[in-house]
Amino acid sequence: MKLTLKIWRQKDASSKGKMVDYSLNGVEGDMSFLEMLDVLNEELINKGEEPVEFDHDCREGICGTCSLQINGEPHGPDRLVTTCQLHMRKFKDGDTIVIEPFRAKAFPVIKDLIVDRSSFDRIQQAGGYISVNTSGNTVDANAIPINKHAADEAMDAATCIGCGACVAACKNASAMLFTSAKVSQFALLPQGQVEATERVQNMVRQMDLEGFGNCTNTGACEIECPKGISLENIARLNREYYSSSLKG
Amino acid sequence: MSALIKSSLARKVVMALSGLFLVFFLGQHFVINITSVIAPDTFNSWSHFMGYNPLVQYLLQPILIAGVIIHFVMGFALELQNRAARGVRYVSYKGSANSSWVSRNMLISGAVILAFLALHFYDFWFPEMAYKYIEVNPEDPTRYLVETAHKFEPMWRTLLYIIAFVLLALHLLHGFASSFQTMGVNNKFSSGIKTFTKIYAIVIPLGFIFIALYHHFNPITH
Ligand code: HEM
Ligand code: SF4
Ligand code: FES
Repeated sequence: MKLTLKIWRQKDASSKGKMVDYSLNGVEGDMSFLEMLDVLNEELINKGEEPVEFDHDCREGICGTCSLQINGEPHGPDRLVTTCQLHMRKFKDGDTIVIEPFRAKAFPVIKDLIVDRSSFDRIQQAGGYISVNTSGNTVDANAIPINKHAADEAMDAATCIGCGACVAACKNASAMLFTSAKVSQFALLPQGQVEATERVQNMVRQMDLEGFGNCTNTGACEIECPKGISLENIARLNREYYSSSLKG
Repeated sequence: MSALIKSSLARKVVMALSGLFLVFFLGQHFVINITSVIAPDTFNSWSHFMGYNPLVQYLLQPILIAGVIIHFVMGFALELQNRAARGVRYVSYKGSANSSWVSRNMLISGAVILAFLALHFYDFWFPEMAYKYIEVNPEDPTRYLVETAHKFEPMWRTLLYIIAFVLLALHLLHGFASSFQTMGVNNKFSSGIKTFTKIYAIVIPLGFIFIALYHHFNPITH
């Protein structure tokens, strides 16, 4: 199929970017979205032009590196997939596809479609860990009895790959879904109780410091999240935050 | 404490609690108003009570006004922050793919409600304050129904009220349920809460519209 691509090009963090049009032939339905961009870049390189920079690593939906706002939606029109797993069969011959970086003040553009998501790392570093003594007599995690339901919910929260689609989709560029997943995966487990109070306080403080917006419960994040992280996690984050605030 | 004031989550709670308080007030306001249609004497005596009871006048009324101010000032402040948090705007942003129009436009519905409140104060609150505290007229427990019905004689005012109530319904369709999520309630009761809040968000404003139309088409002539 033949496509018209409108792609955000930006030389570096300090330059002003702009949308540039490309037309691309020979795209096949079985290609992934990133393979389609590989084809474009191949052509650009052969013509002696700068290829379009975009983030990717695993290309199997597990690392959270790929991003892209595609036709106004993070990871494109399909549900529960990352951009690397989005197939071109979701588009039609003659389509125009608008490709932009994820937009948030806390995700500054590095080049073209690549954004700096280290703000997520700093939220994680602020409290997304547990104390486990790894020297001497390590205790097998399975030795601690855990309610099946809580274990399942913690596992669901832990499937967040930190891609940032929730921020990209949210009209407020809020990072609540990500932060709530990272708080929930520990809040639900006995191992997470040791730092429970500081964790939620510190992670929320860091989230605010990074300049993400305030959640208004539009639910856009839950719909666009490639891992199906649920809004229940945000409610849990709220509960954890209030109860830890009362503890002081 | 200062950390709490700066926290996005603390601000959200203020939004939710003030919103819920206004929702509660709205219900109470509706119950009084509907008596103007079904039990005129009750309407007069309840209105008189609300207008002259010191607890209502000097405690509840200031709390209500403070609640409205806190809610809309915080609403505007959060919205400004939220817009700044995007940074560079998207060329293409498909909000309709993942969220409802009402949830994305709480500021628009809120701003219309705020404009309506200005009109509503001009219509009822200022004349009432002037009657009681400036002109210092004697108490008259029978005047309320006539005064209220009289306000709805002009079509333009009735229409403006109707528009405001429609926007209020839209505001509550998202806001009422949203405040539960903000308070951390998302559990097996949530689908019931959602149903209840949606019914409330539609029925109460519709009821207000009915009252406005009733008085418009049934003017009291004396
Ligand atoms: C006076 C003008 C008003 C303005 C400017 C305004 C604005 C806003 C804004 C910007 C939000 C935040 C959006 C969100 O969190 O989803 C909001 C939420 C809300 N508003 Fe209003 N509003 C106004 C009046 C009202 C009134 C009269 C009521 C009730 C009768 C109300 C009930 C609510 C509720 C329940 C929420 C949800 C809080 C939450 O999500 O936690 N608002 N309002
Ligand atoms: S919550 Fe979902 S959308 Fe947000 S970072 Fe995690 S996986 Fe990505
Ligand atoms: S490249 Fe790893 S999730 Fe897409």
